Amino acid sequence: MKAGVVVFPGSNCDHDAYHVLKHVVEQDVTFLWHQDEDLQGCDLVVIPGGFSYGDYLRAGAVASLSPVMSAVKRHAEAGGLVLGICNGFQILLEAGLLPGAMRRNQNLRFQCRDVFLRVERNDLPFTRHFEVGQILRMPIAHAEGNYEDSHEKLDRLEAARQVVFRYVAPDGSPAVSGDLGAQWNPNGSARAIAGICNEGGNVLGMMPHPERCSEEILGNTDGLGLFQSLVESGVGVLQ
Amino acid sequence: MKARVTVYPRREILDPQGKAIRDALSRVGFPDVEDVRAGKSFEIKLSTDDPDRANRELREMCEKLLANTVVEDYSVELLS
Repeated sequence: MKAGVVVFPGSNCDHDAYHVLKHVVEQDVTFLWHQDEDLQGCDLVVIPGGFSYGDYLRAGAVASLSPVMSAVKRHAEAGGLVLGICNGFQILLEAGLLPGAMRRNQNLRFQCRDVFLRVERNDLPFTRHFEVGQILRMPIAHAEGNYEDSHEKLDRLEAARQVVFRYVAPDGSPAVSGDLGAQWNPNGSARAIAGICNEGGNVLGMMPHPERCSEEILGNTDGLGLFQSLVESGVGVLQ
Repeated sequence: MKARVTVYPRREILDPQGKAIRDALSRVGFPDVEDVRAGKSFEIKLSTDDPDRANRELREMCEKLLANTVVEDYSVELLS
């Protein structure tokens, strides 16, 4: 599999994503500059976390209009794999590659801590190494992760099984409302949504950072399965 | 020609900043404040003098960049 990690002015998780792809799951990986219009034959494009363009206007808004995103849109429309993490998720929303939008965290605070996620489906190129219902611990670090859309559109998203990761309590109890919601849904996200995919299942956006928990030395390897899933899927594409 | 574009959170969507500002206002002695929506304002200078063209372009700017219409509404006002 060949992977490309997009670099915008203000990206700060680009090297982490590159490192995991190159040195942990040992794939061919390259950086893609935001001005590039050619994805250099990458099977997977990673839009990393950070503060692209200083979060000016809205998180991800300016980055979503950069030249590389036109190429990423074409790649996604052709069925190519796209993974957006944190600011990358915000950029995919602003680019219209995923539905909905992010609002400021409900408590108005930047949240930097571990959260727990339930895997809602494992039939995607991103999640085949997980079990449905598996609980993952992953770090988050964001101020705008409060996913919003109209009730009708959220219902449609659920019906189309586009919710891939949901915030839960450590024991897997729902964190949609009440005390558990206040404690374990870190940003007030609608229906405790932490990650969604497009209808085709080839574009995934998620607020938690799997690239920060894919090695023993970091004390947590819960994110590794996502990259292993991608390696398998990417190899499948090449064959 | 100058214009002002105002972007604010849609009514049906909870505005965490507006709510925090409302609570702060009532704490500092303004109990009459019922609701606050916190938005953004843009002053835009255009080279055209044609109000129809300016209006059309400003709306297009909102749809393409200035507002995220999933969660925000906008209004456009020509100033001169």
